Amino acid sequence: MKEKGRKVKEKVEEKVERRTIAVLVDNESGVLARVIGLFSGRGYNIDSLTVAEVDPKEQLSRITITTSGTPMILEQIKAQLDRLVPIHKVSDLTEGPHVARELALIKVTGTGEQRVESLRIADIFRARVVDSALDSFVFEMTGTTEKLNAFISLMEPLGLADVSRTGVVAIARGAGSL
Amino acid sequence: MASERLNGSQVLLKALVAQGVEVIFGYPGGAVLPIYDELFQQNSLRHILVRQEAGAVHAAEGYARSTGRVGVVLVTSGPGATNVVTGLTDALMDSIPVVCLTGQVPTHLIGNDAFQEADTTGITRPCTKHNYLVKKPGDLARIVHEAFYVAKSGRPGPVVVDLPKDILQDPCPYLPPSRAPHRSYRPRLEGDPERMEQAIDLMLAAKRPVFYCGGGVINSGPKACRLLTRLVRMTGYPCTNTVMGLGCFPASDKQFLGMLGMHGTYEANLAMYHCDVMINIGARFDDRVTGRLSEFSPNSTKIHVDIDPSSINKNVPVDVAIIGDAGRVLRDMIKLWQAKRKQPDGKALKAWWKQIDEWRARDCLSYEYSDEVIKPQYALQRLYALTKGRDVYLTTEVGQHQMWAAQFYKFEEPNRWMTSGGLGTMGYGLPAAMGVQIAHPDALVIDVAGEASILMNIQEMSTIAQYRLPVKVFILNNEYMGMVRQWQEMLYGGRYSESYVDSLPDFVKLAEAFGAVGLRATKPKDVDDVIKEMIDTDRAVIADIVVDKKENCYPMIPAGAAHCEMLLGPEDKAEKPDSEDGMVLV
Repeated sequence: MKEKGRKVKEKVEEKVERRTIAVLVDNESGVLARVIGLFSGRGYNIDSLTVAEVDPKEQLSRITITTSGTPMILEQIKAQLDRLVPIHKVSDLTEGPHVARELALIKVTGTGEQRVESLRIADIFRARVVDSALDSFVFEMTGTTEKLNAFISLMEPLGLADVSRTGVVAIARGAGSL
Repeated sequence: MASERLNGSQVLLKALVAQGVEVIFGYPGGAVLPIYDELFQQNSLRHILVRQEAGAVHAAEGYARSTGRVGVVLVTSGPGATNVVTGLTDALMDSIPVVCLTGQVPTHLIGNDAFQEADTTGITRPCTKHNYLVKKPGDLARIVHEAFYVAKSGRPGPVVVDLPKDILQDPCPYLPPSRAPHRSYRPRLEGDPERMEQAIDLMLAAKRPVFYCGGGVINSGPKACRLLTRLVRMTGYPCTNTVMGLGCFPASDKQFLGMLGMHGTYEANLAMYHCDVMINIGARFDDRVTGRLSEFSPNSTKIHVDIDPSSINKNVPVDVAIIGDAGRVLRDMIKLWQAKRKQPDGKALKAWWKQIDEWRARDCLSYEYSDEVIKPQYALQRLYALTKGRDVYLTTEVGQHQMWAAQFYKFEEPNRWMTSGGLGTMGYGLPAAMGVQIAHPDALVIDVAGEASILMNIQEMSTIAQYRLPVKVFILNNEYMGMVRQWQEMLYGGRYSESYVDSLPDFVKLAEAFGAVGLRATKPKDVDDVIKEMIDTDRAVIADIVVDKKENCYPMIPAGAAHCEMLLGPEDKAEKPDSEDGMVLV
């Protein structure tokens, strides 16, 4: 019986996975606080969170949360979200094929060769220049979180000054909707 | 015919009446004066004036739990609202339907730090099932109706409606309850047929089955409890209840193993440990039930019926999860069971019951009787013996007395036992008893209390006096916060830090001061007379039962231990030092 007991424990300590969850909610005051409060109150992680109204007629907003946890925790997160009264739908996009994108504005300062190099790399990454001064650029870039991370780390030695990121927005591939 | 022009307060009361509300527990204040003015001018709603807002919520909880209806609370803004936070959390943890109406400063003052302003929806967001701030008169009626629907449907819980003063005074349209389904909130009530089929197959093949049932069955209603009783009897399997579930299966039934968990019976906990199929209906694998998770019922296949999907796989992974209302699932499971040709394994079952009877023979609730000093267990045994068969409702405070009451009082029916199970709120029992007595004026309502807990809401004795409620307070007085003292003895080297309750009032005189009758028993031979006199008195009574100061509550699964590591009595000192885990767990 001891043996079996240990096995159960191992099952509990499963490894941490990352998920992207889309949540359709009533666009009313306090709804974001409910979602965030749920995560902080129960000790769940929020890696990123985005929210905006997506259906003005029905007054619905869509929240995209990237989170990480063991499978048991992730199941809890979805069930806990689903039981909040103003939440219409909870969908784990990671379960199927989906597109996930993030937008970042990246400010790089410098002059001379470094400045040229940053522009060259930006070109490779298909980042757009949205602001330019004699000693700085602001690049706009969309892509996966990993792509953004890669670009930002390349900018670091070239005078990275400021980063603003939106967090992930995601949508399922194919004809189905949330 | 011009339609009658109503203000917000009138609309509110009209909506409450439409929801079938008869009683409100409340306390007035500046922001809710318009409501109180309307209450004064009507006769449909009865208002019970408590002495502190905390008492109002517990009273509403007692009312709700003993009737199956929604309890209603009305308090003012600011401190009125902050004082209800404990009660709301209590109702959330125990899934009790409560609608709490809170006053708020006028809408144009919100956010200005106005007098008696608090961010009530912000404060109560994590301790309610849902909450609302009414921002326009046009929303008021809809929100009040919705609040009742949310509070009582699905897994019940507390709902706050925050009411700015201007909304209560200004003209306001009334809307009757809507029949349209809610936009987003639709609890699932019917169980999945395939899963239920699977569950029945597992149950039929079981060799060592056990039913483990909780408050979900009681919340589903008396019919669900009858269905559960029927299913359990049809199967012939043993049944144990959680502290929240006591009464959902008759305690006198020979298939009943008593309560399980930290202070549950030996037979219940060992049956849980050794079972091969566990049928959980409306319970949530609370840590007080499971003990050490890694050793919890290690060899069983687990079936879990719960109305709340978030209860599934939260603490314990289960094999068959059925989401739905306990009553409806039980109805279907009975049909499925009857439709099967197969019979349960009679031989295995006989052996299982033989094993259970051996565990029962340990008589785990036995204690050493004394002629000299009243043992708390004895007092409760006598209380049960002398009140058995009457129309009794029992509430409790929190601590040793609560666990002894759960062990020694036998409940044959649901809605008779009101205790703070999840939150463990000291001070719950007296106001809860008040709410029960309001709902059942002729019943015998007893608050089993400790001398420390009772002082936490003792002011409600004044409410009890005002409404001439014949509530009986049965104090097991050991001059200690007994459960704290017990843990300090077992885990903290007997350093009784701040657990002795010094300067206690004379409870007999205290009763008299509140216009109640005070009684006291100091010797075992007095106990029966005091209980009889308490029952026969048609007024409120405080019975001060002076009990053994050192008695500990057994059986006990030390925190962080497994079901098979129970301590049955003081001689059973934990063999190995309590693990670090145990010290950390509460």
